[in-house]
Amino acid sequence: MAHDSKQYREELVAVRGVSFGYTASPVLTDISLTVDRGEYVGIVGPNGSGKSTLLRLLLGLHEPDSGSVDLLGQPARAFAEREKVGYVAQDVTENTKRMPITVAEVVLMGRFPHAGFGRVTSDDRERAHEALETVGIHHLADRKITQLSGGQRQRAYIARALAGEAELLVLDEPTVGVDAESVDAFFDLLGDLNDDGMTVLLVEHDIGAVIEHTSRVVCLNRELYFDGDPVTFAESDALDRAFGTNVRRDDEVVVS
Amino acid sequence: MSTSDAAVGVTSVPYNALDWLIESWSNELREIGEELGIEMLEYTFMHHAFLVGALIAVMAPLIGTFLVHRQLALIGDALAHTAFAGVAVGLFVNATFGTGISPYITAVVVAMVAALAIELISEVTDAYNDVSMAIVLSTGFALGAVLISLNTGGLAVGINQYLFGNLATVSRENAIILVVLFVAVSLIVTLTYKQLLYVTFDETAARVAGLSVPWYNRLMAMLTAMVVVGAMQIMGVILVAAMLVVPVASAAQVARSFKEALLASVVLAQLAVLVGITLSYQYEATAGGTIVLVAVAIYIGTILLGKVQSRQETAEARPIPDEREQIAD
Repeated sequence: MAHDSKQYREELVAVRGVSFGYTASPVLTDISLTVDRGEYVGIVGPNGSGKSTLLRLLLGLHEPDSGSVDLLGQPARAFAEREKVGYVAQDVTENTKRMPITVAEVVLMGRFPHAGFGRVTSDDRERAHEALETVGIHHLADRKITQLSGGQRQRAYIARALAGEAELLVLDEPTVGVDAESVDAFFDLLGDLNDDGMTVLLVEHDIGAVIEHTSRVVCLNRELYFDGDPVTFAESDALDRAFGTNVRRDDEVVVS
Repeated sequence: MSTSDAAVGVTSVPYNALDWLIESWSNELREIGEELGIEMLEYTFMHHAFLVGALIAVMAPLIGTFLVHRQLALIGDALAHTAFAGVAVGLFVNATFGTGISPYITAVVVAMVAALAIELISEVTDAYNDVSMAIVLSTGFALGAVLISLNTGGLAVGINQYLFGNLATVSRENAIILVVLFVAVSLIVTLTYKQLLYVTFDETAARVAGLSVPWYNRLMAMLTAMVVVGAMQIMGVILVAAMLVVPVASAAQVARSFKEALLASVVLAQLAVLVGITLSYQYEATAGGTIVLVAVAIYIGTILLGKVQSRQETAEARPIPDEREQIAD
């Protein structure tokens, strides 16, 4: 199940019996799942199934109506070691912010929680540069972030998380607005990071990509429909049940 | 105005130090003026005006950069109008109780309270919207107008200087208030620069990173209130927001990085203030308006420059190299 089963189990994320709704009607009902260190987990589900909400809950951005969420062994709402979690939001591939800022400046932000109110040191800059090399866009360091393609921008945000020495990488729909070729390269990058010990948790609409690349699939539609390895998921009827049977399934791929 | 009727609550030692500082600045400019034969530098009020203008042209774009890129450009305008209510409160209190509080001090207090109120309203209700800003703006201005009309006597005569700003009324005392505001704003921004940048650029990621976004929003609003009141002396209530926005918009046209944008906005604001004050002295035009017109002229210039720049960049760097391809340059 876990990527490298030799490791001892350490729960980075523990969601226990969580229900949550923005209004009276619940978005999520009685969700329980844990993510161990070193896992590569993909969360899938139809639009409006509460995937992004689940991410926000486990990042401590919302308080669950019932149940509890722990992040690295602490309650998520009160979680203090924030730099250990890298978050890449859903809309970063969109070019909405016209703010003049370079890729290097964005990545350096990953160091800000470490620096606190102190100055950014040359060591911080060095780490930011290394992170850019890891994701393969160090040659774009001095470009404006708005000049990058969707895929490149996605890498920049991952570099920011790496620069912050994140142990858990959380991505919300990372491939929206990224062209097909870049999507493959992007998942290869996530795979490499996972091989190096990074715990990856992503919400993704591209079910085929999740089955192909991750080591564990969580299928969600307000409640939990499936949690297990991709091959079993592909063979199960969880997708049909979660999406409803009238959903076209041309997204799906055959797993080798 | 003598130093004895200084702002209430200002302890005398730092006050005297600042007083001496401004005196020295004044003497310096006077000498330069005599040396180079520049007529306008004979006048002490012009020395104060240039000092105040230069300080405004640092702090307004500094704060404005964060505001503009959070799409909060309007908040400066809203707070300026509440600052006007603060001025009215000061004048009202002085007239009623015979005190000598500087209206700029009451303006700072009222504007900062209003800034907090805006933040709290937007936290409790929905996010920022122009409607709540517009309400705060008109409430502030209405309150000011009513308070002033309640004052009998010649008070209304002095209102123009707050509405439109005035070079000649920048007394040494007012210059000292501005220096204090400048030091406070610069210190706070230096200390919280990284946090403000993070919150401005990516609010959700900032929250995930453990920053208290509401707290920094409040801080930002308070800083804006301080800058607005500081800049009001020369710019006036109606035009003060332009200093927060126009140089920043100009800088965004030409800058590549955030640091560059900050620096460029300050440089362009300095240029606008220097040229604006000089022109307004030369042609006896109102300073605030002249400065804004110069700033807008600069803005138009930077748009053209930005167009040329981006055309060059497109020519050089198309297509943007992907990680698999080789680098174009």
